[in-house]
Amino acid sequence: MADSLIQNDINSPAWKGGDVPYKASYGKLMMWFFLITDTLTFSAFLTGYGFSRFKFKDIWPVPEDVFTHFPFLHGDHPLLFVALMTFILIMSSVTMVLAVNYGHKMQKNKVILWLSFTIIGGIMFLSSQAWEWGHFIHGDAGAIEMKYANESGSSEIVHVVKDGSIYSIYDIMDAKSHDGTHHEFAIEDFKEKFSFEKELGLRLSNKTFKNHSESVSYLDQHASRVLLGADLKKNEYGHVLFADYFFFITGFHGFHVFSGVILLIILLINTIKGTYEKRGHYEMVEKIGLYWHFVDLVWVFVFTFFYLV
Amino acid sequence: MSNEKNSGNWWIWKVFWILLGLTTFEVALGIIKPDFLVNTQFLGTKLLNHVFIILTLIKAGYIVLVFMHLGFEENSLKWTILIPAFVLVPYLLFIVLTEGNHAFNALMM
Repeated sequence: MADSLIQNDINSPAWKGGDVPYKASYGKLMMWFFLITDTLTFSAFLTGYGFSRFKFKDIWPVPEDVFTHFPFLHGDHPLLFVALMTFILIMSSVTMVLAVNYGHKMQKNKVILWLSFTIIGGIMFLSSQAWEWGHFIHGDAGAIEMKYANESGSSEIVHVVKDGSIYSIYDIMDAKSHDGTHHEFAIEDFKEKFSFEKELGLRLSNKTFKNHSESVSYLDQHASRVLLGADLKKNEYGHVLFADYFFFITGFHGFHVFSGVILLIILLINTIKGTYEKRGHYEMVEKIGLYWHFVDLVWVFVFTFFYLV
Repeated sequence: MSNEKNSGNWWIWKVFWILLGLTTFEVALGIIKPDFLVNTQFLGTKLLNHVFIILTLIKAGYIVLVFMHLGFEENSLKWTILIPAFVLVPYLLFIVLTEGNHAFNALMM
């Protein structure tokens, strides 16, 4: 139990190291203080995202148009994949509490078992995120970048639509999105094929639509290039800041998960070696556990503010 | 300190089911998008978003108070950790989002 770790004599006078107002050990306290600072860091990131979203609210991409895919499944499945990632992380949080709980009871083998599950959960989450990033970078339906800048000061991005929903540029160009090759489409070829398919229209970034004949003259006048995929400088889903925040926030969180997995592996090795058994307590499991739950906590907020809202 | 700690693992699984249930509910709402919640505006955003935020805060509460054990710590420690977050984060949100709205209006002019 954490209380028994406090070496100070609580009867010695205040300001001589005697008082333990928090009844928490040095290590736990420092982990908590670190987590407060990290809370504020993540709050700043998500608030920054909120600022840009409010500033460009009429042209901001709709997240559920962006994250609609699930590995090995066809069609649109908005939210499903992030829901799975959330489930994986909550599950690994549960296995972490179980490890901490068995640590309190000094049951070494159970601690090893549940720590291992937690590590597996962390690795599964990181793999899911790698897939999500890969898909985001590769792109989905593609978009057309215009020569002129919209009111945000960056180039206008428009999507091809059919019956009101986004239509893939790969289909227009008779190409396969996931055939392992890197595609590039010339804007002139695209304009020509687009002009033959009368049921196609365009959706501007402010979510207004143009019918086919309007679209053809609009493309002739303004179109600059076909955009496929997203990186820090271009983004087929809409405003480039959306991609920047996506990489930055989920990347920073993913880096936390990665560090957590490394810490857990060290923890597991030490547990197997019997370090904590010899020390007489498993407080280290508790401290790393705090960090791991915090990572889960941050994801709960990222999930809401990046994918749901 | 809690005495829950020594009475098995049921409380861990209870929190797990609560978190799972809330997340499933959020995802279902996000997919179904009930008209009433989408079309009602409140404090500058859809009612649906307020529901999401409230559910998220409930989830965060369970994670921090039970999983991170903060609910069973001394009150002094609890408030030392919670007050900075409760004061600074809403303040930051308020000023930055207000500013974002002004920036939007300025662009629209």
